[in-house]
Amino acid sequence: MKLKTLGDWFEKRLQLEPLYRNSAGHAIPRSSASWWYVFGSATLICFVLQIVTGICLALVYVPAADEAWNSLEYLNYQQTFGWFLRAVHYWGSNFMVALMTIHMLQVFLFGAYKYPREFTWVIGCVLFLCTLGLAFTGQVMRFDQDAYWGLGIGASIMGRIPFIGNDLVYLVLGGPIIAGETLSRFFGLHVFVLPGLVILFVVVHLRLVLKTGINDYPIAGKPVDLDHYDEEYEALIEKEGIPFFPDGVDKDVIFGALVISGVLACAALFGPAGPNGPPNPTLIDTVPRPDFYFLSLFAVFALLPAYTETFVIVYLLPVAVVALFAIPFVSRAGEKHPSRRPGAVVGVLMIMTILSTLAYLGLSSPWSPHMDAWTRDPVPVAMVKGRSPLALQGAAVLQGKQCRNCHSLDGIGGQRGPDLSDVAARLTNDQLIRQVLQGGGNMPAYGHNLSPSEVTALVAFLGTLKPAGEPDAANAAQRVLIQ
Amino acid sequence: MSDPETGSETGSEAGSESGNEAVPGSGQRLPPSVPPVTRRSFLFRLGIGLNAIAASLMAVPIIGYVISATFQKRAMQAWIPLGEIDQFPERETRLAKYRNPFTVPWDGTTADIPCWVRRIDGQRFQIFAINCAHLGCPVRWFPQSGLFMCPCHGGVYYEDGSVASGPPPRGLYEYEYQIKNGALWVRGGQTPTLSEPV
Repeated sequence: MKLKTLGDWFEKRLQLEPLYRNSAGHAIPRSSASWWYVFGSATLICFVLQIVTGICLALVYVPAADEAWNSLEYLNYQQTFGWFLRAVHYWGSNFMVALMTIHMLQVFLFGAYKYPREFTWVIGCVLFLCTLGLAFTGQVMRFDQDAYWGLGIGASIMGRIPFIGNDLVYLVLGGPIIAGETLSRFFGLHVFVLPGLVILFVVVHLRLVLKTGINDYPIAGKPVDLDHYDEEYEALIEKEGIPFFPDGVDKDVIFGALVISGVLACAALFGPAGPNGPPNPTLIDTVPRPDFYFLSLFAVFALLPAYTETFVIVYLLPVAVVALFAIPFVSRAGEKHPSRRPGAVVGVLMIMTILSTLAYLGLSSPWSPHMDAWTRDPVPVAMVKGRSPLALQGAAVLQGKQCRNCHSLDGIGGQRGPDLSDVAARLTNDQLIRQVLQGGGNMPAYGHNLSPSEVTALVAFLGTLKPAGEPDAANAAQRVLIQ
Repeated sequence: MSDPETGSETGSEAGSESGNEAVPGSGQRLPPSVPPVTRRSFLFRLGIGLNAIAASLMAVPIIGYVISATFQKRAMQAWIPLGEIDQFPERETRLAKYRNPFTVPWDGTTADIPCWVRRIDGQRFQIFAINCAHLGCPVRWFPQSGLFMCPCHGGVYYEDGSVASGPPPRGLYEYEYQIKNGALWVRGGQTPTLSEPV
């Protein structure tokens, strides 16, 4: 009784009941309290985790180019729980990007972007871009070799934009070159500008969810009808509406706890990312790679035909982003259920297959020479056994001239060019000589870097490389002679 | 959907609007087509105007501050000594380093800039930027095969900087150089990109 009076006393002054009724307590269709609807709240939980760990890291991290790397090492090894908070921040970002992507796919596949929720989708796309911005600027905060050369790649991409490209490079780097001002600029973006924008747009996003109502669970054969949708939704809420809090929140709460546990488990098991070598551009023995969310983009740049690159970067990427924003205006009404939208399902499968294949390729980067293959990977014993002295000399030429950086033997070595284990079955001696001297098909010409005797030895060795029992390669004229 | 908040919001807005219009009821009679200018509406407009002026006064230094890097390009390149030319043997390519001339004390190691110096013969040199012309990664020189190789997307260049294979749209960026009193000088200071190649 006393407690009730006390409660009333506070309620009279704080007026929490209307706030609750219009926010956490808003009515949702019972069917929408589904396991499919937990990814948005999980993304938000990750963001909160990022804010908390981010503030903690900022207490120690020094956002200055000369000390940033040292302060990361200090965080890893000296600061109590520094390594763990760095790890949570890193894995939290991975989880956030992943969950945001799943949330977006779910919203797309459930047709939740359709009338009247077009702007919820648009704001979601803005949040998507802001989050990717946070991911990229966060990678720069880990101010190591990958961060330095990642910035270099970013600058080179902007440098391809016509007319304003150069100004953009100066604007983003804070000068003509990656230096102290660059890190400070990215720090400002990472801890002030982008999180501020995310908070702002999350508020707008949530307000739109409250105002237009959470998407009703899609039912096949029940399309969105622009004229009657509002009435139907109202009737649905009337019939089976439950307050989101406390009746519809259970799955979000459970999944949220799982996500936090997942982040903490990954952080504890795998630890923080880097920093790898210090951001010293004169240490050039480095193989820069982006974090996983940008690996597919990294791969695209290697695989596109060179003449299409600038077009794709400058024009096609922005068009793709605009298309993403435009989805709800192109398809405002009609079926929501994925079983009635095969095009949407196939599109999602295609895009995800392409992106994950590209990311996998980005990780293995078969297009890059293996810089140390020529000294690290020996010629397999079976390929030198019983060979003539000239052929053995050729094997030494093959290693010494770094052919292995791009060509494998028995699958070991670079993958840029074809494996040479069966080259004698594919090319005649004359073709081998021509290919070595003149290059072609993405191979440099070695005419200036090999003496005639080296070429003779090399081709003598290559001429022995074929599987047992396989006939030597022959050109058309030779085949006629053989017959 | 039915939402009590929407109703109350529009209700309160409507209430404040009618409140505004209730003010001119103080005896003045104006033709209905001309909106009445009261002291309150005049002061409100004055306030908007003053704030617009204040905002633009604030905007000028803020925008100038943020974008200053783009219009201060001025002399972002300078002549920097790389050392005696005898350090660079003829027909060889060596990695050289210099300190970025436009530096702040907290640049740290980022101001140490590498470049590849190729001494063709005698007084003839080529000085290449470390950055691959494709997307700026650091190219590595392999004297045995006479090639520069890029670790990112597989760009390869010949010893004279021309493209040997891979995606680069042009050869390696080349810095200007000069020889003064037996020392090699390079003109550097900015990251080369396709829109401003050195």
